[in-house]
Amino acid sequence: MSNMLLDVSHLSMRFGGLSAIADLSFTAYDREITALIGPNGAGKTTVFNCLTGFYKPSGGKLTLHRSGKTFALETMEDHRIARVAGVARTFQNIRLFAGMTLLENLIVAQHGELMRASMFSIAGLFGFSPYRRAEKAAVAKARDWLDKLGLIERADTVAGGLSYGDRRRLEIARAMCTDPALLCLDEPAAGLNPHESAALNDLLRAIRDEQKIGLLLIEHDMKVVMGISDRVVVLDHGHKIADGRPDEVRADPAVVRAYLGEPETGAP
Amino acid sequence: MSTEAAAAPDRVAPRGIAILPLLKESFLTAIVALVLAIPLVGFRIVESNGTTGLATRFWWVGFAAGAVFLGRFALGIWRGAMPPRAVGGASWLDPVARFGRRHARIVALIGLVAALAWPALPFATRGIVDLAISVLIYVMLGWGLNVVVGLAGLLDLGYVAFYAVGAYSFAILASDFGLTFWEALPVSGLLAALAGVLLGFPVLRLRGDYLAIVTLGFGEIIHILLLNWGSLTRGPNGIGDIPRPGLFGLVFERRAPPGFTTFHDFLGVPFSPSQRVVFLYYVVLALALMVNLFTLRLRRLPIGRAWEALREDEIACRALGINPTNVKLSAFGIGAMLGGFAGAFFATRQGFISPESFTFTESATILAIVVLGGMGSQMGVVLAAILLVLLPELGRQFAEFRMLIFGAAMVLIMVWRPQGLLAHRAPSLRLGAPPR
Repeated sequence: MSNMLLDVSHLSMRFGGLSAIADLSFTAYDREITALIGPNGAGKTTVFNCLTGFYKPSGGKLTLHRSGKTFALETMEDHRIARVAGVARTFQNIRLFAGMTLLENLIVAQHGELMRASMFSIAGLFGFSPYRRAEKAAVAKARDWLDKLGLIERADTVAGGLSYGDRRRLEIARAMCTDPALLCLDEPAAGLNPHESAALNDLLRAIRDEQKIGLLLIEHDMKVVMGISDRVVVLDHGHKIADGRPDEVRADPAVVRAYLGEPETGAP
Repeated sequence: MSTEAAAAPDRVAPRGIAILPLLKESFLTAIVALVLAIPLVGFRIVESNGTTGLATRFWWVGFAAGAVFLGRFALGIWRGAMPPRAVGGASWLDPVARFGRRHARIVALIGLVAALAWPALPFATRGIVDLAISVLIYVMLGWGLNVVVGLAGLLDLGYVAFYAVGAYSFAILASDFGLTFWEALPVSGLLAALAGVLLGFPVLRLRGDYLAIVTLGFGEIIHILLLNWGSLTRGPNGIGDIPRPGLFGLVFERRAPPGFTTFHDFLGVPFSPSQRVVFLYYVVLALALMVNLFTLRLRRLPIGRAWEALREDEIACRALGINPTNVKLSAFGIGAMLGGFAGAFFATRQGFISPESFTFTESATILAIVVLGGMGSQMGVVLAAILLVLLPELGRQFAEFRMLIFGAAMVLIMVWRPQGLLAHRAPSLRLGAPPR
């Protein structure tokens, strides 16, 4: 059994009178892929935004366990959640630095480490060797990821010129360059063709097994969800209606109801 | 018309000219001109025998409307005859930009040699060297503002505020506290940086238009402060007798003050006022080169990449653990510091500063240099600074049309080359060798 990585307990989020998430509790584990599914408007992206600090939750606790330390995510600022607690995310509408090259995108993701090595630019200005070593290491890591994605040839071209599928994968690689403990993916398979979708599955499995981190993903593509998830949490109207292994969830009558609607009374 | 162009963007053949719609449009334009011209041109306040009265000149209104009609018609004909082209498409400047990019080192070297040799060239009179100093001050300011606008993408309409803080800091430190040029210069830069950070705090949450308006206000506040804080800035009278910089204790005067040696005595050459101008030229050249190296270096550091990342997408920056507060404040602070250096040099060169020198027009000029040159392009800033300083100088008799020329130039640039004269972004680091 893997270790507990993220513990969401009694999370709620209200926007004025609208309750987007109500009393949501679930757990995500290290070295597992946890899928967060549900119909449109169920509150999945809101969970992500609470988790990564873009929203302050109205109530509840979000606890991240990382190498023996615990972080109360609901009290932290968004950039500290990413840098200190190690929660990286991608966006539903891809947010790459489109005017910068692929390599630069991956180097910017290692900003915290490089900034420390450059001693807030002073050592960097004079090109001291600790900084140059750190920069070399950062480039090596970026090169590694570009190799994995098969995009090494395009390292020095701008990210905005990539195809849709490649942009998705580059955004995942960029998130991975921050050395996260938990990677949150918001609809990574949206808009991908079956071939790209299969490549994405392989990439996500590789991240789980080789980088040994936990993944949390929002996805509508059931082939992806059922194919790679270790655990599925189903939301509907901000409430959790099911939580378990993919095959358990698929058979759950509440899930079927949420997706397909209430069967008419009297119908078999 | 626009849908037609969008449907066939690649069509090169001239569009046909539909005379009737064109006539109709010209007529409508003329009507608008007529309505506008009646109050603006049609009436005139005349003074006679101490009383004011209203005189009309409706002939002029007719002329104005007629001119607009003909102008609109001619424009339509011209547009119809010209092949349509995509906005931001190829232009004759592209090969120039490409050449500059490919041979950046050679171009920079030629520029450097030319700049170093400038005062020694046969046509370089004192006035021409002085003009070159003005150009270099604007180049410095352009490079400084480029950090804020070009790299970090924070539109700053009040950059002159930092220029003013630098200049006044220098003037006060040098004349009231007796610091020399080389001592007061870094302090003025730091004070300007402080002003930049102070401005940065309240505008952290603002972007785009909102930020532009607040920075515009900040520029005006500094201007008003300079006018009214008489005990420190001496108000509208300005500060005079600002000490000139010396070269290792040598002064550039006809007669040395007690305890000093003059430059011409030291070298045993006859005194000439142009010695000081040439010296100032080399000082500002050295400062400008330092600013250039500094900003180029910063761009390749994590901080520079964070600025550019912030310009591209602030939310993504936060998701990657970059603290946008620090990134913005550092951009404001460093941009302001560079402006402060330029201001300090301006003060020592003029020997006299007053709030008159730090108006919104200056901010607009500096921003025009950055935008015209191409956001983020060091070379483009030089080119634009030369253009914008030289053009008004060449046509001194048209001085009052300076802003008009600016406006027209900006509109033309926006139409033909929205990315600026020499816009090109070189990656801050590469995996492979630069492509040939």
